[in-house]
Amino acid sequence: MPINEKGGAFNPLIVAFCCNWRSYAGADLAGSSRLNYPVNVKVIRVPCSCRVNPLFILRAFQRGADGVIMCGCHPGDCHYTSGNYFARRRTALLFSMLDFLGIEKGRTRVEWVSAAEGAKFANTMNQFAETISALGECKRLEDIRCVESEI
Amino acid sequence: MQKIGVFICWCGSNIAATVDVEAVAEAVKTEPNVVFSTNYQYMCSEGGQSAIRNAIAEHGLTGIVVCACSPRMHEATFRKAAAVAGLNPYMVEIANIREQCSWIHKEKSEGTEKAIILARAAVAKLNRNVPLFAGESPVIKRALVIGGGIAGIQTALDVADAGYEVDIVEKTPTIGGKMAMLDKTFPTLDCAACILTPKMVDASAHEKINLYTYSEVESVSGFVGNFTVNIRKRARAVNSDLCTGCGVCVEKCPSKSAKSEFNQGLCNRSAIYIPFAQAIPNVPVIDRDACIKFKTGKCGICEKVCTAKAIDYDQEDEIITKQYGAVVLATGFKPISMERYDEFQYAQCPDVITSLEFERICNAAGPTKGKVLRPSDHEPPKTVVFVQCVGSRATVDCGKTYCSKICCMYTAKHAMLLREKYPDTEAYVFYIDVRTPGKSFDEFYRRAVEEYGVHYIKGMVGKVAEEDGHLIVQGSDLIADKQVVIKADMVVLAAAIEPDPTARSLGTMFTASMDTNDFFTEAHPKLRPVESPTAGIFLSGLCQGPKDIPDTVAQAGAAASKVIGLLSKDKLMGNPCVAGCSEPLCNGCSSCELVCPYGAITYEDKMVIDHGVRETRRVACVNEAVCQGCGACTVTCPSGAMDLKGFTNLQIMAEVDAICR
Ligand SMILES: Cc1cc2nc3c(=O)[nH]c(=O)nc-3n(C[C@H](O)[C@H](O)[C@H](O)COP(=O)(O)OP(=O)(O)OC[C@H]3O[C@@H](n4cnc5c(N)ncnc54)[C@H](O)[C@@H]3O)c2cc1C
Ligand code: SF4
Ligand code: SF4
Ligand code: FES
Repeated sequence: MPINEKGGAFNPLIVAFCCNWRSYAGADLAGSSRLNYPVNVKVIRVPCSCRVNPLFILRAFQRGADGVIMCGCHPGDCHYTSGNYFARRRTALLFSMLDFLGIEKGRTRVEWVSAAEGAKFANTMNQFAETISALGECKRLEDIRCVESEI
Repeated sequence: MQKIGVFICWCGSNIAATVDVEAVAEAVKTEPNVVFSTNYQYMCSEGGQSAIRNAIAEHGLTGIVVCACSPRMHEATFRKAAAVAGLNPYMVEIANIREQCSWIHKEKSEGTEKAIILARAAVAKLNRNVPLFAGESPVIKRALVIGGGIAGIQTALDVADAGYEVDIVEKTPTIGGKMAMLDKTFPTLDCAACILTPKMVDASAHEKINLYTYSEVESVSGFVGNFTVNIRKRARAVNSDLCTGCGVCVEKCPSKSAKSEFNQGLCNRSAIYIPFAQAIPNVPVIDRDACIKFKTGKCGICEKVCTAKAIDYDQEDEIITKQYGAVVLATGFKPISMERYDEFQYAQCPDVITSLEFERICNAAGPTKGKVLRPSDHEPPKTVVFVQCVGSRATVDCGKTYCSKICCMYTAKHAMLLREKYPDTEAYVFYIDVRTPGKSFDEFYRRAVEEYGVHYIKGMVGKVAEEDGHLIVQGSDLIADKQVVIKADMVVLAAAIEPDPTARSLGTMFTASMDTNDFFTEAHPKLRPVESPTAGIFLSGLCQGPKDIPDTVAQAGAAASKVIGLLSKDKLMGNPCVAGCSEPLCNGCSSCELVCPYGAITYEDKMVIDHGVRETRRVACVNEAVCQGCGACTVTCPSGAMDLKGFTNLQIMAEVDAICR
């Protein structure tokens, strides 16, 4: 059982951005097939993976997420034809930058999940949660902008 | 200030067994602006919906969160219920606590905790929602069908019979497509022309159908319900209104050395030509590359012999601009080029032909008047080898990875027709597998083997070589496990089929997505097989994937019914979750325009007030009817000017914050 800094059981927090047309439906299918994956995974629905602003991912890490995964349609299958190609390039850049900042590569992931791949969604989430548990708690990205109350 | 109501559904025991619904209702009460929360057995039932309506009225709610099943299930239901109670339907958010919570977790404590977090995220998002209004757009009650093969003809007839106008744009001088070139058709062996030409006549005579032959689509703008299309009607150099189709010009034309496209280059045609006797329209075209008048200025014989005065050398291409509510892509296919298959000596030996060439040779109206003769010496062949899967199911660079689906059946047909006409001629078929999964298909194939004595050899042909006027075919027989050598007189290659080469540019023009083989992709491979993912674009026939005539006709009818469904509407409700640009922030950089897959973004010079300064600036404008709401532009925008309604930056950030709290 992984332990957190305060000595309690480590319960990772995982944010999953899923595109509405396929990956979110894949997540639904995992549910209707009663496939288990950890409660730590919380899904945010976006119209397409290309709607995921790198700022959303940074925000999640600033606010205490231990891992962020982005799921979209398989390349060539995006509902909007090309959105996932943009998303793939953006995340590739962002994730290597995050790695440089100390948020290890293992804490960020992109996975293509179709509406028919409920099992893939559940497996992916299980694996990802395992990886994050092994990595332990993520150090928070400092939001260096002044917070009003602290001025 | 919002007043939010939260409704937690038990979904019988589906949710309530793993989520303490009372506890969720209690926990959300402390969330910002939540003034009411409750739980109910089935929120989607009439009882549940009326509880929502009553609460909206009683507590003056400005927005609601329903914690229930996936929004993919009942978002529309709850939006409607809210609308009935006078709430803007986009002031409804769903927390998915069934598919993404109760059904995947076993521990009630865990499920409850997660459901509370998901509900909090939905409340956080809703706090930043604003009412959205869907725009309406009119539907032009006319359809455009691109491609006049059997697919396009069938779709056009079905749509026209329902009372809507249809235009067919066909790039060749006649409608009919590949089916017009076929001799007999499997599995019934009825003559292709006998079943096709009446349909061609019906299409041309239908008062609702308008044919643009020898024409191509040049450009398109607009969106579902309202496309504006420019069609280039190429100059035939013959005035269709005057021409009587007598054919004297064709007969008298002295330039007779152009290859006949219709006969697959097996014979020549004149420079002024009608592709085949039953062509529609029955109006000739002058091939400018072959015409002496166009090349040298001399000749002019056709003009002299035409009593109808229909020849017009000065005729120019015409651009026709028309509006359509729906567009059907029916561009069909072509066999792949055999030039690169050196092992079969296609380019070198005239007696190595493709199956489509064989169709023409069998056909009574073809170059040999239906006699099966070798192209080299016009002698009847004594032994014919058919090779299946040439370029299909290939792993090499030059072939196609997919199965072309029709070749097993038409090869059986060819071998049968050959044996029927010439019982003394031997027919061999080399195959990888014989695939016959259609109605009466396997019976058909077995007849070829059992009744017609066609020799089927499981294996591929490695080499064809010409020797003393014969073709030496070397192949393997995998069942007998040996090499075979056959001395043949003719080799027929069942070439793989591929989409028409113009499909790619049409796909780009209409933003109709394609797979890696350039077949158009359907909106859903099982549930929406005749629609392109782009609204208002439909797919008919072989352009979507390999299929035979029965499948083509069935799909053509299905596409027609979808078109009719669309055209029967007077107005379309748009999706209000579209992008919008905050003009004071926009710097007109064009980044957004470059990523928009739908061309929804244009730029205008507008007066903006920036920090009290009034100035005219170039800013982005989103055409809300064209935008599909993907959000690509919002992330690309370097100045944060673009945002997506319904999924704004602030809304998604609020969800992130709520989940990470
Ligand atoms: C050798 C052979 C034998 C066959 N035998 C049989 C058989 O026995 N039984 C059977 O069921 N099936 C058979 N088939 C299959 C049959 O031919 C097809 O299923 C059918 O023709 C598909 O019709 P389509 O309208 O989709 O395509 P097509 O017939 O290819 O028609 C497409 C039309 O669109 C036009 N077009 C293309 N691009 C554009 C553009 N950009 N703008 C305007 N127009 C355009 C083309 O000129 C063409 O007229 C055979 C096929 C082959 C190759
Ligand atoms: S949201 Fe997508 S479709 Fe709409 S304008 Fe932006 S890029 Fe184009
Ligand atoms: S990307 Fe942003 S700043 Fe650039 S033109 Fe589009 S809206 Fe304006
Ligand atoms: S819609 Fe799924 S990635 Fe674009």
